[in-house]
Amino acid sequence: MKTETIKTLRAFLIELAVYAVLVIAYFFLVLHFLGNGLRQLEVNHRYTYAGVSILLIIGQAVLLENVTTFLLRLLRGRSE
Amino acid sequence: MLFPISGAHISPIYLAVIGFLIGILGGFFGVGGSFIAGPALRAVGLDWNFAVGTDLAHIVGKSVVAAKRHRALGNVDLKLGLIMAFGTIGGAEVGAQLIQMLKRAGNVNLVVSIVSIAVYVSISSFMIWESRKTLASKKPLPPASAKGAKQDRSAFQHVTRAIQRLKLAPIIHLPVSGVRISLWIILAVAFVGGLFSGFLGGGAGYIRMPSMVYVLGIPTHLAVGTDLFEIIISASYGTFSHAVKGNVDILIALVMHTGAAIGAQIGAISTQYFAGPKIRLAFVPLPLIGAAIVIYTLFTGHKL
Repeated sequence: MKTETIKTLRAFLIELAVYAVLVIAYFFLVLHFLGNGLRQLEVNHRYTYAGVSILLIIGQAVLLENVTTFLLRLLRGRSE
Repeated sequence: MLFPISGAHISPIYLAVIGFLIGILGGFFGVGGSFIAGPALRAVGLDWNFAVGTDLAHIVGKSVVAAKRHRALGNVDLKLGLIMAFGTIGGAEVGAQLIQMLKRAGNVNLVVSIVSIAVYVSISSFMIWESRKTLASKKPLPPASAKGAKQDRSAFQHVTRAIQRLKLAPIIHLPVSGVRISLWIILAVAFVGGLFSGFLGGGAGYIRMPSMVYVLGIPTHLAVGTDLFEIIISASYGTFSHAVKGNVDILIALVMHTGAAIGAQIGAISTQYFAGPKIRLAFVPLPLIGAAIVIYTLFTGHKL
């Protein structure tokens, strides 16, 4: 039981580190390029901006859910 | 980091950490976590209107992740969630209109504050009484595995059964939840949740999740998962509405969501290890935190 807990904790910390690297890369690459375009959309085309906002947050949610599930499988060898 | 839409300078690490903490709460309890996200965004200088709209956008993303995970665990009743979404949206609109009426009457802050304190304290008091009574009863608790999670019991079950026996056609069969109940009761529960969401702000998971358990008789794990699924629909509607009014900085929501995505998964997976009454008992402090924030705002005049 204790060994299992240590193993799970270690896998979680590795997962968190890999995830953090991916997220930092995401901050600098994606958000940097999206910022001004979204700002213009928000000022000039409010309804389009509203639709794009929902698509972006749902798209990111699906993507990150898949990334974290993949990391879990990779590190623990099972789909927890 | 500069967020050009709202013009705010906020550390992305701060946003991700706040998102992570709210994600854990959301995945475990099925709540949006606005009572933490709102003050946390205000604390770093975001305007109140942006804090409300941006928080809703982040709730959509977090709920997608948590609901997907809950669905994999068999904790989402899609049929119930879709029916409830209609009632919630209707209730939210009426709640928003009530706010407008109170604004015109000039006493919105006092009325909303008193109502919210009464609601928060009542929910917590009732849940602490019920969950402690259930845990203290002699009957053994069902196993807390994903399969056993669909069995639940509560000290309030006699009232729930009486509500389920009401013959108000059409009667809806919810095989995933194991419940047969009138469509009107489902819509009424969702409408009340939506009403509080429109009236007090946030997703109102603090009232909808307990209502699903005590009024509809949905097992706690399923109530958490289904509430999250329903929040995706109602919060998307709220996000669109706020974005059109210029109250959403989607970049802030996207950054917050990077933390929330992993937190929501941890919260959702954790529900497997707790029986329904224990989840309900652990839920008790959340509405009390909401009440404390409102009392602070009422006495100091500073909106958190």
